[in-house]
Amino acid sequence: MKTAAETDKQRWEREVLDPALKKAPERAGSFTTISGRPIERVYAPEDVQGIEYQRDLGNPGEFPYTRGIHPTGYRGKLWTMRQFAGFGTPEATNERYKALLAAGGTGLSVAFDLPTLMGRDPDHELSLGEVGKCGVNITSLADMERLFDGIRLADITTSMTINSPASMIFAMYLVVAEKQGASWQTLSGTIQNDILKEFIAQKEYIYPPRESMRLITDVFSFCEKEVPKWNTVSVSGYHIREAGSTSLQELAFTLRDGIEYVQYGIDAGLDVDDFAPRLSFFFNSHSDFFEEIAKFRAARKLWADVMRGRFHARHERSWKLRFHTQTAGVSLTAQQPYNNVVRTALQALAAVLGGTQSLHTNSLDEALALPTQEAATLALRTQQIIAHESGVVNMVDPLGGSYFVEALTRDMEQGAKAYFDTIDGMGGMVEAIEQGYPQKEIAEASYRFQQAVERGEKIIVGVNGYVQENEAPIPILYIDDTTAERQLARLDDLRKTRDAAAVARALDALRDAARAAPSRGSSRDGRTNTMYPLLDCVRAYATVGEMCDALRDVWGEYEEVPLI
Amino acid sequence: MKIRVVIAKPGLDGHDRGAKVIARALRDAGMEVIYTGLRQTPEQIVGAALQEDADAIGLSILSGAHMHICPRVVELLREKGLDDVLVVIGGIIPDVDIPKLQAMGIAGIFLPGTPMQQIVDFITAHVRQRGLGVGL
Repeated sequence: MKTAAETDKQRWEREVLDPALKKAPERAGSFTTISGRPIERVYAPEDVQGIEYQRDLGNPGEFPYTRGIHPTGYRGKLWTMRQFAGFGTPEATNERYKALLAAGGTGLSVAFDLPTLMGRDPDHELSLGEVGKCGVNITSLADMERLFDGIRLADITTSMTINSPASMIFAMYLVVAEKQGASWQTLSGTIQNDILKEFIAQKEYIYPPRESMRLITDVFSFCEKEVPKWNTVSVSGYHIREAGSTSLQELAFTLRDGIEYVQYGIDAGLDVDDFAPRLSFFFNSHSDFFEEIAKFRAARKLWADVMRGRFHARHERSWKLRFHTQTAGVSLTAQQPYNNVVRTALQALAAVLGGTQSLHTNSLDEALALPTQEAATLALRTQQIIAHESGVVNMVDPLGGSYFVEALTRDMEQGAKAYFDTIDGMGGMVEAIEQGYPQKEIAEASYRFQQAVERGEKIIVGVNGYVQENEAPIPILYIDDTTAERQLARLDDLRKTRDAAAVARALDALRDAARAAPSRGSSRDGRTNTMYPLLDCVRAYATVGEMCDALRDVWGEYEEVPLI
Repeated sequence: MKIRVVIAKPGLDGHDRGAKVIARALRDAGMEVIYTGLRQTPEQIVGAALQEDADAIGLSILSGAHMHICPRVVELLREKGLDDVLVVIGGIIPDVDIPKLQAMGIAGIFLPGTPMQQIVDFITAHVRQRGLGVGL
């Protein structure tokens, strides 16, 4: 019987649970998420007290969008199945794109190699052995033309994972579109252009933080006028998570990065509603199913509150958090690689139940190499099976109202707000990065996780449990050195045949723009917004390395203090 | 005397999770760890090993550049008379490259999923014996 001061859950614990535990205790060890968050045995109405449906969840398409940004969910439009790909020469990647589009892929996503990502030409000493290995090598406009040969940019959307040299690669894409006769006004796609998470996690930075932020606000004001449908930043938690953060840290640092971009845009004289709708997000979907779903739901609510409450955005489009998801590369194992298909399917399902706008599913062989064509196709099929066979697309936010999911969503939201307060207290994310704060938090979390694996507290099937000896190798994609030789020969040829004086003039104009004070507001001033001189550099066939070096001349390079 | 290990990230890659985790694990196991930070050329890595009087070098390479970087590191070590420095590598290394790396003198090759303790034990067992107990 229930006593006066007792909740129903407490009564159940006393009357039903305790006797059951006495007879048969629970398994040893703690019940925690992959991020180490303790999870209770059962969630009940008491656990969601204080959550108000209209205020905290909202119907789909209504503020604060916890249940989704579209009233019809996937009944209107399925998510975009966007598979990240790139390797070797532009021609090799072009072929893969055509195959992905033919297999039913609905958007392109470009993976660049490390020299391109770091703004180095193939003949730089640090490019040794890296050309075309982790992605496609793009040295100049000529390579960009080869990459999109036979693909009409007006008809597709392209996402480009590029950060420090985002402006340079974006300028190349725009010039290819221009040459194809596509209008910039209707062109759509995304550049990742998220430098903050590079300082925090992936470490592909070139310039110091403040100068890097200048490039980004230049893109904001350029796009507002010239390419209004382009997504100017994909604020990314993916890499933060891959670097070893917890789910909560991924959520908190990513959204706080988003806040930083909005603040810098406002400080550069832009109206929040003119650029905020073109910010998109990019999350990881890791293996802890419900924690990820709660993360996606909390992200929408947090962003809506921040945009309306903190920045006073007036347009609904500014309040809605749109996001891409990639399943967790770091969860894939080199051991028993076929198990990765199962991991990826579960992670993809979490992303869909969380309401993602687009999705990349990893291939089973990615702990070993870049994916083979067969593995990449199977990864795409995984999404198609979820979309067309599982039935989860028939209704919006099917987990809404689950005691557990709602309680966890609220916990994630509150945890993220606590991180916001800490970072605000440091003066902002740029300042927090300069103090090494998010970097340290992530390093701690990743070491804690590794220790838990070593102690056997967390089991990774095939790695520290259910291990199999003498596994047969699977076929992998091996990138040889012919790409480097070819790209080096092309670079040599380019330098001989282009108009060297025009290149030098364009690079000088770029340096001048970088030296000038940034333009205020959405000015079309071609002298101070770096995008305009960059477009001229690209048209003159300046290389990625040359454009990045011109800015290195003015701004210098960032060097982090390594912490272990 | 503590074992001295230089942990380095050569090449252009910035994915330093593995390098940092292993640096901490070696330190927690009682070794003296010098982490070079990112984007080190083979010359800089060997320079660090020389300057720090390292017993071992651990390279973290995920990008596929290992067949260019490892031979250069080994060659430079030989040039500087540091042949007895143990070189190990961790990262994504295709099976076909493993015998080639072993032949050029990379003593330990650790693939994804390797327990930290296994790396600690390997380095402890294979570093040059010096001091022979003196100063322990």
